[in-house]
Amino acid sequence: MTSPLEQKKIRITGPSVVTANRTWDGAVIWRTAAHGWSAELADAAIVRTSDEARTLLAESVADDVGAIGAYIAPVEIKNSGAIKPGNLREHIRAEGLTIDLSVPA
Amino acid sequence: MPLVKNGKIATDTFVHVADDAELPGDGAILVSAARFLENPEAILRRPGKTGVIWPNNRDVDDLVQYLDRLAVVGLVFPSFRDGRAYSQARLLRERHGFRGELRATGQVLRDQFMFMLRAGFDAFEVKKEADADAFANTAKRYSVFYQPTGDGRLTALHQRMQLRHSESASQ
Amino acid sequence: MYAYDELDRTLINERVSEFRDQVKRRLSGELTEDEFKMLRLQNGVYLQLHAYMFRVAIPYGTLSSKQLRRLAHVARRYDRGYGHFTTRQNIQFNWIKLAELPDALSDLAEVGIHAMQTSGNNTRNVTSDQWAGVAPGEIEDPRIWSELLRQYTTLHPEFSFLPRKFKFAITASAHDRAAIKVHDIGLRLHKNAAGETGFEVLVGGGLGRTPFIGKTIKPFVPGRDLLSYVEAILRVYNQYGRRDNIYKARIKILVHELGIEKFAQEVEEEWLQIRDSALTLDASVVEEVRSRFSYPVYEKLPHMPDELKKAAHDPLFERWRKNSVFPHKVPGYAIVVLSLKPVGGPPGDATAEQMDAIADLADKYSFGEIRVGHEQNLALPHVARRDLPVLWQALDKIGVATPNVNLVSDIIACPGLDYCSLANARSIPIAQELTRRFANHDTANLIGRLHINISGCINACGHHHVGHIGILGVEKNGEEFYQITIGGRADENAEVGTLIGPAVKYGEVADVIEDIVEAYLALRARPDEPFVDTVKRLGVEPFRERVYATR
Repeated sequence: MTSPLEQKKIRITGPSVVTANRTWDGAVIWRTAAHGWSAELADAAIVRTSDEARTLLAESVADDVGAIGAYIAPVEIKNSGAIKPGNLREHIRAEGLTIDLSVPA
Repeated sequence: MPLVKNGKIATDTFVHVADDAELPGDGAILVSAARFLENPEAILRRPGKTGVIWPNNRDVDDLVQYLDRLAVVGLVFPSFRDGRAYSQARLLRERHGFRGELRATGQVLRDQFMFMLRAGFDAFEVKKEADADAFANTAKRYSVFYQPTGDGRLTALHQRMQLRHSESASQ
Repeated sequence: MYAYDELDRTLINERVSEFRDQVKRRLSGELTEDEFKMLRLQNGVYLQLHAYMFRVAIPYGTLSSKQLRRLAHVARRYDRGYGHFTTRQNIQFNWIKLAELPDALSDLAEVGIHAMQTSGNNTRNVTSDQWAGVAPGEIEDPRIWSELLRQYTTLHPEFSFLPRKFKFAITASAHDRAAIKVHDIGLRLHKNAAGETGFEVLVGGGLGRTPFIGKTIKPFVPGRDLLSYVEAILRVYNQYGRRDNIYKARIKILVHELGIEKFAQEVEEEWLQIRDSALTLDASVVEEVRSRFSYPVYEKLPHMPDELKKAAHDPLFERWRKNSVFPHKVPGYAIVVLSLKPVGGPPGDATAEQMDAIADLADKYSFGEIRVGHEQNLALPHVARRDLPVLWQALDKIGVATPNVNLVSDIIACPGLDYCSLANARSIPIAQELTRRFANHDTANLIGRLHINISGCINACGHHHVGHIGILGVEKNGEEFYQITIGGRADENAEVGTLIGPAVKYGEVADVIEDIVEAYLALRARPDEPFVDTVKRLGVEPFRERVYATR
């Protein structure tokens, strides 16, 4: 997926979240509506307009101590209300590697 | 923005003069390269010391003829990641023998002090107060240096050669 | 093997202290990420998709068993029990915590391992031929010069903030195993007519967005002038390399824009001013470094010992021996390559258990030394031929004896989108599938030498440009697609591969590679005409036809 690190204009096309990595250990985190971070995608604040996205991102980026590399990522909202990653890159970040590391001897 | 000289915070006796401002009647001044080169003789004739801030995207060659009359040359780190001034500093010190104050300006941060000292800088317009306070300690971070610069520090290779010679001498 | 002295040890310890302080100041907020990022990169710490990645230097690909055990310890203690060997002879750990990094670095420093300048806009690991010191026909051990360069470039005050990264490689053999032609500075060690050791210096090679094959800037720089000449090149680059656009900031662009003649002139002018300076490498200085390289005391051993004669009846052993064992300059010895490309496995990975086991085997059978190759395999460089059968059994038990070295399933791949935040597409699952498709060793041997390189993005860490078959991951409308090139080579006849046609989907890549291989088998002039030669002879058209006939 084209690296979102190269995002210049903020323009979202669907429900999105702000995600980053936790500074002290690099863990994947999402910005919550309570102005904090969570390691669970389910806790992420959803934004639906480009303005909302910009605001949430700006506030996230301001937390330079807690998080690094914040950017806006797409999500899918299921009928059940569950939040799912919106592309392969985000899927890998949320769920982990797509490969099997253990090799049969 | 504190000035660090001789390892500690010092009063800056030089005044930065903007390009469109009048030169003060006397006193030490720092002017841009562009301004200086417009009329170098006039500026150098002033009572008071002269310093020039030289941009990092211009060869220092054009400044060389004035070096022995300049009290300060200021080099620029527009971002701490832009390392051109390190080459300029070494050329001024080692190639052209500049003995005046070589001042680092721009984004000057603690973690580059050691590199700057080794390249020949001896004055620093330090961005953060805390970094200025930490200067003396930071300058002691390293005691081993692999490569020679004009700073006179003995390189590891030479320390080893000395050790070898003294070992074989005592045999 | 180079032995650190007190000075070397002191330097890396001072570096660890400095980084510990920097991490502390980062976590307290005293340093912003913008100020810290370059500092952590200078210690090999990247941010990847789901964690930090820690790249540890293995200078010129040489490790002692003690060092390999310590890497295993880092994998276990600070990571998830495995590491990945890279195309630049380094090792990467993928799950490291920033807060624990100073401790990991401290543990590594105890055995003389560091992570200085494995990232950032500075001079990176000086890589070399992984068979240095043992390859038959080598002129002299290039690692002496690699070590001299390593020291010279470490924490160089003038060149720590270059326009972009800068990579060196050195070879001392006619067959270039170090890919010097695709490095920023490539050095070919040889002797002149007077018998003096010196270097052909090439500049401006590199892959990535704009691949270039390096050009010769000077056919012979005597050893004594190596450092001053390199300083001249770096000084010209530091001052004039572009800083306005990171995609145009490598030295290859400067060389291209100035032209090699003008560039050579600039360097020569600068060099003439510094050629007789403190950088001159007197014979005594070179000897001093050479004296701290230790070499095995080899026994006088027969080429065909009884143990080998007996084992020859075992077809599995023979298959491995013929594939993974290479001639050594000392009679009775061999270089043994350990394949880190098991069928279905991620290429270039080793578990902590494997690393420990290999370290033990190195102690028993290789004078305690291991090598890391840029093709992401390991090697034991000093194995007595009489030990080959017993060694093979041990290697096979730990899963590093797949007899696929240099064959189609010996794939070089970057970590790709599974790990890397720069990637457009995944590379490891492609590699895994390909090893399954070509798992049959007879088929692989029939195909012969064939290097497949996979990169998950244009940064080309998988060196796809110079793969016999190159696979480049791209993204189209949120889907993973792959461009395929053929005919690249990384050796002394280095060449960039040619695109065969439009990009293909993730699910089709393995089929396409099979088609290419089938085309090659049908088109080759003789069974021993290598893939690259067939491509050179016929061009890409017959391959393109075959692949795209039904697509």
